[in-house]
Amino acid sequence: MTPGEPLIRWDWLGSHAGEIGQRVGEHLELTLIAVAVGFAIAFVLSVLALRVPRLYPPITWTTGILYTIPSLALFALLVPYTGLSLLTAEIGLVSYTLLILIRNIVAGVRGVPAEVREAARGMGYTDRQILWRVELPLALAVIFAGIRVATITTIGLVTVTALIGQGGMGYFILLGIQLFFSTPLIVGALGSVMLAVLADGGLVLVQRALTPWTHAR
Amino acid sequence: MPRCHAGAMAERRSATVELREVTKRYGDTVAVDHLSFTAPAGRITVLIGPSGCGKTTSLRMVNRLIEPTSGQILIDGQNILDEDPTELRRRIGYVIQQVGLFPHRTIGENVATVPKLLAWPEARTRARVDELLSLIGFDAARMRDRYPAQLSGGERQRVGVARAMAAEPPLMLMDEPFGAVDPIVRDRLQNEFLELQRAQGITVIFVTHDIDEAIKLGDRVAIMRAGRLVQFAPPAELLAHPANDFVAQFVGSDRGLKRLALLTVGGAELDPPVDPSRLDGAPVLSPAMTLRDALSEMLVSETQVGMVRDGDRYLGVLTLSHIGRVLRTEDRK
Repeated sequence: MTPGEPLIRWDWLGSHAGEIGQRVGEHLELTLIAVAVGFAIAFVLSVLALRVPRLYPPITWTTGILYTIPSLALFALLVPYTGLSLLTAEIGLVSYTLLILIRNIVAGVRGVPAEVREAARGMGYTDRQILWRVELPLALAVIFAGIRVATITTIGLVTVTALIGQGGMGYFILLGIQLFFSTPLIVGALGSVMLAVLADGGLVLVQRALTPWTHAR
Repeated sequence: MPRCHAGAMAERRSATVELREVTKRYGDTVAVDHLSFTAPAGRITVLIGPSGCGKTTSLRMVNRLIEPTSGQILIDGQNILDEDPTELRRRIGYVIQQVGLFPHRTIGENVATVPKLLAWPEARTRARVDELLSLIGFDAARMRDRYPAQLSGGERQRVGVARAMAAEPPLMLMDEPFGAVDPIVRDRLQNEFLELQRAQGITVIFVTHDIDEAIKLGDRVAIMRAGRLVQFAPPAELLAHPANDFVAQFVGSDRGLKRLALLTVGGAELDPPVDPSRLDGAPVLSPAMTLRDALSEMLVSETQVGMVRDGDRYLGVLTLSHIGRVLRTEDRK
């Protein structure tokens, strides 16, 4: 960085406000798609694992492997096939949400007290009704904990996708590094952190609204 | 066919349940062994025995949570194995020890569970929920919108019973429903339940391991051991004439005292009235009192006798030998 240069140049912020807003939107869009698609896939796999318990180990094993691949390596691996595209970014982002989401959905449903399930069955609920009307609602708190972790992780990871031409706030981080210019770097990093904090807070509020029984007194 | 059958049963309010040679095997172990008995309509039949005797397995076969290996179970003459299990369960109330209320639903929603499954009209469901909540002694308006976590153990048990009764089932299955509450609450719940059961005229099959509960609640008691039925009789007969040593031991060496709990002062012979001034300190007994309570009061008094009064009328004097005579004459019946 140039000596004498201030850490943040406020005039740069002012002149780039429009672009910052646009990148924030892009960041949120990448995150939302990743978590939504990830949740849809995780949900199907979880229901499968709950119905056929012996499928659970291979499912967690596979998604666990995906989770351990370094993000940079994964994007590099995908580029020859899917190019520098949104698809490449999302394949990576989605695959990192799966393990956390599946674990929490399965743990949440399995954590439903046995007597609640027994009573539901004894009163004439079908298996499908037990899943949708009893098990999933009661698992909501644990499922939401998973969604929160998946969302925060994804918001952080989105910055890495700047390397393949996506990236939201990651674009500014990359820009800062390339130009030895601290202002966009801080904007990108702080922006990403702030998005994570806000998203997490928002999810907590949604969860509280969806599970009124957990805080009734 | 099952649909019209269900309708007929709902109108009759109580069902007769017959088990014929019902057997349940798990591999080589026999959990229930050629069990046959008839639970009469509108009455409470208690299944009792030591742990592992097959009582809970037998109960759970009646609503097909467990499928019998062989034998038949008939409800009002209809073989339940011909019916769809979930349809069957919706017509049978089911209460378990841990209650299993839905934590995410309010008390009102919990009680409305089966009416909702049966697609009752909204207004009828709401009226029934409020009726049941007041039957179990709740202020419906105050309790309806609470969640189970906001209730005490005894209150949750009551809601469990109300939920099982909601769709007016002709039959209720209860698996140690009062086992998890303290003795004082249990006693109160038992009394409330008896009243409710008599008023609604529901047939009940009730599992317990508590012989006092069996004697108090049962119209019939089925004593089981190792999957087999050892004795099936009204409680008084069980106490007076245990079929074998196992039953005698199971009902306890104090079975004479337990029988006194089933008999009332009004059924005993009395000595003619004696001037109360000569019976200073003698307890005053009413004809409706159980002989067990009467005996207890007499033993702690100095006179060892009790004055029996029916309101203002002084009927006579109860002595220890009269109580003994009641037990002996009942024995000969």
